Amino acid sequence: MLFRMIRGVLFHQRGKMLLIAFTIALGASLATAMLNVMWDVGDKVNKELKNYGANITVKPKDSSLLSDIYDVGGEEELNTAYLREDELGKLKTIFWAFNIVDFTPFLDARVTLPDNSTVKINGTWFGHHLDLPTGESLDAGITGMRSWWDIVDGKWLDEKEEGAEREVMAGTLLAQSMGWQVGDTVLLSGSHGTREVTIAGIFDAGGDEDEQLYAPLDLVQELTDRENKVSSIEVSALTTPDNELARRAARNPAALSSRDYETWYCTAYVSAICYQIQEVITGSVASAVRQVAESEGNILDKTQLLMVLITILSLIGSALGISNLVTASIMERSQEIGLLKAIGARDYSITGVVMAQILITALAGFAVGYIMGFGFAQLIGHSVFGSAIEMKARVVPIVAGLIALVTLAGSLPAIRMVLRLRPAEVLHGGR
Amino acid sequence: MLKAENIKKRYFQNRGEANYFEAVKELSLTLAPGTVSVLMGRSGSGKTTLLHMLSGLLAPTEGRVLLDGTDIYALPDKELSEKRNRFLAVVPQARSLLDTLTVMENILLPARLYGRVGSEEAARTFMQALGIGHLKDAFPRGLSGGELRRAAIARSLCQDTPILLCDEPTGDLDDENTAIVLDILLKAAKEQGKAVFLATHESEALKIADAAYKMDGGRIEDILIN
Repeated sequence: MLFRMIRGVLFHQRGKMLLIAFTIALGASLATAMLNVMWDVGDKVNKELKNYGANITVKPKDSSLLSDIYDVGGEEELNTAYLREDELGKLKTIFWAFNIVDFTPFLDARVTLPDNSTVKINGTWFGHHLDLPTGESLDAGITGMRSWWDIVDGKWLDEKEEGAEREVMAGTLLAQSMGWQVGDTVLLSGSHGTREVTIAGIFDAGGDEDEQLYAPLDLVQELTDRENKVSSIEVSALTTPDNELARRAARNPAALSSRDYETWYCTAYVSAICYQIQEVITGSVASAVRQVAESEGNILDKTQLLMVLITILSLIGSALGISNLVTASIMERSQEIGLLKAIGARDYSITGVVMAQILITALAGFAVGYIMGFGFAQLIGHSVFGSAIEMKARVVPIVAGLIALVTLAGSLPAIRMVLRLRPAEVLHGGR
Repeated sequence: MLKAENIKKRYFQNRGEANYFEAVKELSLTLAPGTVSVLMGRSGSGKTTLLHMLSGLLAPTEGRVLLDGTDIYALPDKELSEKRNRFLAVVPQARSLLDTLTVMENILLPARLYGRVGSEEAARTFMQALGIGHLKDAFPRGLSGGELRRAAIARSLCQDTPILLCDEPTGDLDDENTAIVLDILLKAAKEQGKAVFLATHESEALKIADAAYKMDGGRIEDILIN
């Protein structure tokens, strides 16, 4: 009979119950979408920011010291220390290997052109294929880390293509001053030999690079007799925004307690990743590119705060909506509730029936809202980040709990009304 | 036995000189088993207020209502609800059935609320006697005022309490059905020993009354004993 009463009210007040379910569905959908986006946005924003360059640079310890003391870049003339190219694969063996999105080595030098002018040439990887000690393989290089370069003519170099080892890319200013076109051949003279190369692409980077050449690493190593040597590595890594622990660790990891050290080491702070890179690359100093790392943290924090605020506001809105609708429903049924009291129903029994009806409605609203939220999340993912949002399983119980809380909070005024309802007042007069 | 001792009911208001009015002025009343008590009076005289105070639905401003010696308004909600269910059946003046249940389910509802099965046989007997036997599976929305009233009376009889309080039980009924209802209520008192209390405009009710009261301005003015 209890079930009949509940079902009866759900049917007789279906208009109101549908509105309550709709209100809950809206709240649940926004909460579902926002929480899923919030937990996925870290990766998405990080990936987005990775398009704008590396957030970690790795240099030889001695070279780094010189740079720090004299505030100069790693020019060939000053570089007396190098990193080993054959150790680069180890970057993908550290604890946070999966957070290393891309990386590329650099070896710079000056080469002489046929007109006796000199130009800076940077050796690096272009889609370089690596077979890792773990058995995995990957392609790494500058292509993904300079996504903002505008290829005004030709194409990106690709090491997998035949003849790529004798191709270079020229900055647009250099190409203009030398009158180079894509396909032209140029004789480059280094400290240890001469090579004829072909211009594969002309790029516009909007900086000093526009006056430089970019060539496969092997080519620059040959020209300067620095086999297996690189002067720096740029690493693009997905990181967790720094907090107080990360800042302390960045100053001196050895000063941390063992528990703090473990927490820090096992969190993808940029300082923890730098530390782990130094552990695997011999004689290296890894340092965060602060502007990038902090921008990531700030953008992420603000985006996540926005999501939380939207979630809270949508839930408050739902609670207010539920409160009005449930109260209206109870007012409409006041005679029925008065009658139940008159024939001996206890307050908690009546409250139980009312809450059962509301919770069943809430459950339906939650189910519909979750599906809507899934859709909203994907809509946000595709329109903002250009990819799907991964739905997190933990969002289901969290949203369910939030909706239960919101439903209970929204029902409180109505429950108070039920408890205060005096049957004598509603059973007097009328049919 | 139900006994009202010096009860009165005041309602606060914001009009006139007094900031309250007395719906029921101080009175005492006893409803004894096996008797029919009839309360007559004009609309607004305080009949329903008195009936609600006697039936455990409205606490008096002063005085006590004693059920077998227990002040029912001193009880917590849980116990007062149980007293209402087991001792004080009421036929309210207003809407008397739940729309979501059939007539039969409505009649059995008081018993089911406390986990009792409730006698469908007894329910059918009362419904037959009241001329609504054919409506057991009907829903209240489709019933006339008279049918609703008789269904509410059937429910209160089926509730099987020692005290039965009816507010205008013949209000929507024609003469024939009025006679039937009054006869059934008289039998409930005389054959089952119930204390029956009727608040009504129906002068025919005086014919079955063991005690009759006239209410005016919140005061019981005349007491007629058959």
